[in-house]
Amino acid sequence: MQEFIQTIVNGLTTGCLYALIALGYTMVYGVLKLLNFAHGDVYMVGAYIGYFVIRWFGGPAALTIPVPLLLLIMFALASAGCGLLGMAMERFAYRPLRDAPRIAPLITALGISFVLENTILLLFGGFTRSYQTPSFIPFSTGIHWGALRIDVVQIMILAVSVVMMLGLRALVNRTTLGKSMRAVASDREAAEMLGINVNRTISLTFLIGSAMAGVAGVMSGLAFNQISNTIGFLAGLKAFTAAVVGGIGSIPGAMIGGIFIGLCESFSLSYISTEYSDLIVFGILIATMLIRPQGIFGQPPLQKV
Amino acid sequence: MSPIGVDEWVARSGERRDDGSGWRKLLARADARVGWWQRLALVTLVGLVAGQLLSNVNVQTVAFNSLLYALLALGLNIAVGWAGLLDLGYIAFFGFGAYGYAVFSSTALGSDGSGGAHLAAIESIPIVVVAAGVFGVIIGLIALRLSGDYLAIVTLFVGQAFMEVVNNVDPGTLGGVNGLFGLDPLHSFGGRVESPLGFYYLALILVVVLAGILHLLDTSRTGRAWRALRDDELAASAMTVPVNKLKVMAFSFGAMVGALGGTVFAAEQTSVFPTNFTENILILIYACLVLGGVGSIAGAILGGLVVTIGEQMLSSPHDAGYLFYGLILIALVTRIRPWRKLAVVLGGVVGFGFAAHAIVGAISSAAVAGSPGSGGFIGSAVGDYVIVPGNPATYGNILYVVLICALIVVVRLHGTRRLLAVIPTVYIAACCWESRLIVNPAITTQIMIGAILIVTMAARPEGLLGKRRVETVL
Repeated sequence: MQEFIQTIVNGLTTGCLYALIALGYTMVYGVLKLLNFAHGDVYMVGAYIGYFVIRWFGGPAALTIPVPLLLLIMFALASAGCGLLGMAMERFAYRPLRDAPRIAPLITALGISFVLENTILLLFGGFTRSYQTPSFIPFSTGIHWGALRIDVVQIMILAVSVVMMLGLRALVNRTTLGKSMRAVASDREAAEMLGINVNRTISLTFLIGSAMAGVAGVMSGLAFNQISNTIGFLAGLKAFTAAVVGGIGSIPGAMIGGIFIGLCESFSLSYISTEYSDLIVFGILIATMLIRPQGIFGQPPLQKV
Repeated sequence: MSPIGVDEWVARSGERRDDGSGWRKLLARADARVGWWQRLALVTLVGLVAGQLLSNVNVQTVAFNSLLYALLALGLNIAVGWAGLLDLGYIAFFGFGAYGYAVFSSTALGSDGSGGAHLAAIESIPIVVVAAGVFGVIIGLIALRLSGDYLAIVTLFVGQAFMEVVNNVDPGTLGGVNGLFGLDPLHSFGGRVESPLGFYYLALILVVVLAGILHLLDTSRTGRAWRALRDDELAASAMTVPVNKLKVMAFSFGAMVGALGGTVFAAEQTSVFPTNFTENILILIYACLVLGGVGSIAGAILGGLVVTIGEQMLSSPHDAGYLFYGLILIALVTRIRPWRKLAVVLGGVVGFGFAAHAIVGAISSAAVAGSPGSGGFIGSAVGDYVIVPGNPATYGNILYVVLICALIVVVRLHGTRRLLAVIPTVYIAACCWESRLIVNPAITTQIMIGAILIVTMAARPEGLLGKRRVETVL
């Protein structure tokens, strides 16, 4: 029973991280109908920013500032850095290709992902770096109940993710920006004719999505302790699966999908096999595609002639 | 958006006038006259003569690799270029071919390191290629359910799943992370192919035959149907084009060519490892196809040659400098007209460099203490020119970031401002190259390959030899 609850908690934590990345995918897909392959690498860059913040403030063992302040700075810098990176990507790589054949921005996205991955490799080397979270957030903190262990980091991930998702929901449903995002998503040309600044809306969508990926990167570094320049690829794939399972373009879908994928992965890790957990996620993707291609919350696409 | 009320013939008169003059027109006319089989014969002839001239074993291996990538790009072109399906799982087909050949030509199917199938190439290669075709049909059947973008990500996952499978499933047969090695040399009918030169000729034959078949396919009813499907799936299906069947066919044909490339690769390397089939190789094949021109047979072959040879040059510190500075010079010469402006820019770069070096040297001698990464002629030529401090790594990292920002600025500016911005950018590029990029040639190569994709798509989406395609945007 305790193992079961532990599995659920672990699944929820990873699931929240996937959900945060998936939100970026799904928002960008919504407004631009573009799959941003480089999104996973933005998450990776976020993890590196967090790492260097820790180093900047004295390293994990000898922090010069209190831990909550450190976390705040990590989140702030990672979301700012990644947000700007996402905006720059949109501005300089995707915007010139907006009316090009559909395949062109996808190939560009592939190229950006590759360049980002190798840029980090060039700048910081290929070895795995560790956040060494236990040295500043000790293991003894958190909830212990027999064999069940819920770390402070896990609680924080759940809390931060829920706050961010609620915030995003409010942003999309309540604010003018959210309204223009929905308008651009449903019909870009019509939105433009109605006086919505489409370029600005798309830019801000990239900013918000990438900022969330950056925060997810920092939190994954805190939770899993290990970061390298290749973590973005697989995380991006899984987050994309989450977005598809939930229904791409749908924001609650990305959240539910992310948590679902996280739970599946965690259960297959504890009960089935460690080697095949990635393949199981892949199987879920294929099954979703075959049974309900529009996902849980998506609407079946209409083909315009 | 074309303006309303302009007659099409009038509107295109300028285009006809710019049709070309001088040698360009002659070339275009010759190009229009020569038939496809004459071109193919010419390519064969050039390939055979080149084979005679390749004396060095390393050069022969590079020649083989470039033809192998040309072959792989040809296969990728079927799905991506003709049918318009972004197939990111192509690497799995390549790996399938290589592993298939390896399993049939080693002790993998035997027990305790002896026995095994040891089939002749004439048996194993057709088996593997046909099996890959079936594999492609299966992937294609999944692809039927998906529109363009979903397809891309599912196929990307297929590539990843292939890696998981060869790493984890049945290490006894597939070798796990250690791969399979000690494969039989390629043999059939008592003959063997073992030397790099032999493999070069084999690859040449395969590329030429395949290019011929693909040309016939491209101009056939199927090829036209693929293009119709690519340009507008809904319209094509309304015109009774069997969309589903064609998609599956494109995947399957691509898979067969990819697997064929895989078998030759495994035979030449006499081993296969899971790391041979990573995302990096996929991007490399895409770079070949995109640079050469998506949808063009000649483009795929040219792209394979250019990218592989470029990659090889980058990995040797001696040649890399020539490639780098040569590319910058070519870019400047072709993009900046008239020649007076070009002279100003080149003179500006030289002047700026010496000024910057003198100023920085006067402030701190440690800042110019390092020696450039290039050796030989280039190293001595730029030694007193670029700023390379004692600890080039940190400085080079900063410079790399500055360089990317500078490039973005250059792209954004226009007219005279752009010309002025080019001057420091070229100098920064040279400094960054000497202090950082050339020190890690492997990573630099990867960055360049990624940059090929981005730059080609932005500047010339049709690649070197492709035709510009206009898509109706809904």
